[in-house]
Amino acid sequence: MDVVVCLRRVPFTQEVDLEIDKGQRQILAENLAFVLNDWDNYALEEAISLKERTKGTVTAITVGTEEDEEVLRRALAMGADTAIRIDSEGLTLDPRNIARLLARVIRGLRFHLILTGAQSDDLNEGCVGAMLAEELGLPHASVVNKIELGEDVLEIKVELEGGIEEISTIKLPCLLTIQTGINEPRYVSVMGIRKAAKKELKVVTIEELSLDKEALVPDVYVERLFYPPETGGAEILEGDPHIVAEKILRILRERGVIS
Amino acid sequence: MKGTILTIAEHRQNSLREVTFELLALAHELGKAQGLESVCLLLEGEEQSLEGELKGWCERVLVLKAKGLEVFNQEIWQAVILKVMGDRRPFMVLFSHTPWGMDLAPSLSVSSGYPLATDCVSVVIRDGTPLATRQIYGGKLFAEVSLRPSGTYLISLRPGSMRVENPFGLVTQIESLMGIEIPQKTKKVFKEFVDTGAGEIDISQAPFLISIGRGIGEREKLEEIKELAERMGALISCSRPIVDKNWLPKYHQVGTSGKTVKPKVYMALGISGAFQHVAGIKGSPTVIAVNKDKKAPIFRVAQYGVVEDLFKIVGALKETLGG
Ligand SMILES: Cc1cc2nc3c(=O)[nH]c(=O)nc-3n(C[C@H](O)[C@H](O)[C@H](O)COP(=O)(O)OP(=O)(O)OC[C@H]3O[C@@H](n4cnc5c(N)ncnc54)[C@H](O)[C@@H]3O)c2cc1C
Repeated sequence: MDVVVCLRRVPFTQEVDLEIDKGQRQILAENLAFVLNDWDNYALEEAISLKERTKGTVTAITVGTEEDEEVLRRALAMGADTAIRIDSEGLTLDPRNIARLLARVIRGLRFHLILTGAQSDDLNEGCVGAMLAEELGLPHASVVNKIELGEDVLEIKVELEGGIEEISTIKLPCLLTIQTGINEPRYVSVMGIRKAAKKELKVVTIEELSLDKEALVPDVYVERLFYPPETGGAEILEGDPHIVAEKILRILRERGVIS
Repeated sequence: MKGTILTIAEHRQNSLREVTFELLALAHELGKAQGLESVCLLLEGEEQSLEGELKGWCERVLVLKAKGLEVFNQEIWQAVILKVMGDRRPFMVLFSHTPWGMDLAPSLSVSSGYPLATDCVSVVIRDGTPLATRQIYGGKLFAEVSLRPSGTYLISLRPGSMRVENPFGLVTQIESLMGIEIPQKTKKVFKEFVDTGAGEIDISQAPFLISIGRGIGEREKLEEIKELAERMGALISCSRPIVDKNWLPKYHQVGTSGKTVKPKVYMALGISGAFQHVAGIKGSPTVIAVNKDKKAPIFRVAQYGVVEDLFKIVGALKETLGG
């Protein structure tokens, strides 16, 4: 089975004070560390393990800058055969335009299945996958946490709310957006990534896709970013850990959950 | 003709999902301010009659009843909604940002050509176009977004964003949709629902939960927490990454795709406070959060917060309890 997997590099934003830049429409990203989007990591593992089970191929694709190639190197190290970066050329692309660009490239590839993450950790839009499927005229399912192979169909589980799952079949070729926990992503060593640096990585420009930059009008436009409004919020328990522990125990006793 | 806001009803196993009423609350709020009619589109099976539950919540329910509409199917829903949008040209269409809504709204946006903003937490209309607020970077920042000018705007709403209590007392007309072709053969075919919820313990009934998140770092650290929980008579619950990594079974998970809990005290250790998690603890009167990151969104829903390495607090709690 030939699988295409779409990846995105996202900033790691825990324990950092995010700053909004002067234009108010972006964060200052210079001092942030970047990682492969968690959902995409699971999609990538799923692609690789499907390839291994079926003796197929994996093509990893991202839309982004040269720095974003990091996630493709990781994919190559994990076992992807081909990697393609669509150069974003400094444009801020909304999901619709990302889907457009991906579709242009993927149309020319041989594939049975396309995987994306269910959402990305940074902007939480959760829509590139289904948009891409529609661009390509493929059936799709979102938030999938299990895939079983059939003849020309897959049996899948879609994770719904409240612990309920939907079991369905879906015809190939199709696109699935992957939920975390579907597998256990393998470990990738720094050595492995270094070795993969020698593998070929293709770069495609927007022009080569016969798309006009001007035509990439965003459907969604960020007017401004702002910090969450101050709400009452938590009463912060201060002091060294032992003092804090005393305070916590007092609260627990007051609420009657410990004696 | 009066402009409309069209809400797509979501139902499962013969009941309307709570989020549908949230969408109707938003439609009502915007409709009142802008003079738009709130219309709900309900696709249901032949034997179903969920429209009764929608009385008072909107001005009109468009009902399409047919075999094959018992369970959501994106291909069918998309074909029907496209037709309804073409006939009625609504100003805005509201979807839920749920797994099903995440499958439907984006592809409908592509096939209709109408712009979509997903996972919005609030929407206002300014100068005749919608402005939506979204939460990004795990809730650490908010973004106000506008949409490309269009005759119809698509919005998906994050569940839990609107408060719903009672119907709005609207006079609701029920209108049956006729002459809409329903695709008979779909590429995705539903088989069954399965419930993964049950397990050895039931966290949903526990009075005291110690809940752990990705912040515990390593599987081995689980033991320390287990000891503390045992000492305090608490049950252990967790956020999703802990289950994803197989460190605890699924029935420990709190949140939209896990359990809803209502303990007297919920102590969250190393949990950032993503909306899918927090949605599961709305019923807990006392949330104590321990997190190294003072900007973690969990502090916005907690009553008490500790900005500290969770293991220092766990250690100190154990020592203070003695024994
Ligand atoms: C469709 C869907 C359904 C979902 N359903 C659920 C659900 O039911 N339940 C759920 O929980 N999630 C759910 N999620 C996932 C959710 O979006 C978040 O990814 C998840 O809740 C994050 O879990 P976390 O807070 O443990 O991890 P993180 O967001 O990684 O947070 C870890 C936190 O630990 C803190 N930390 C790190 N080290 C320490 C330390 N030593 N001491 C103190 N603090 C520390 C960090 O500052 C950080 O705030 C769902 C997602 C999707 C797309």
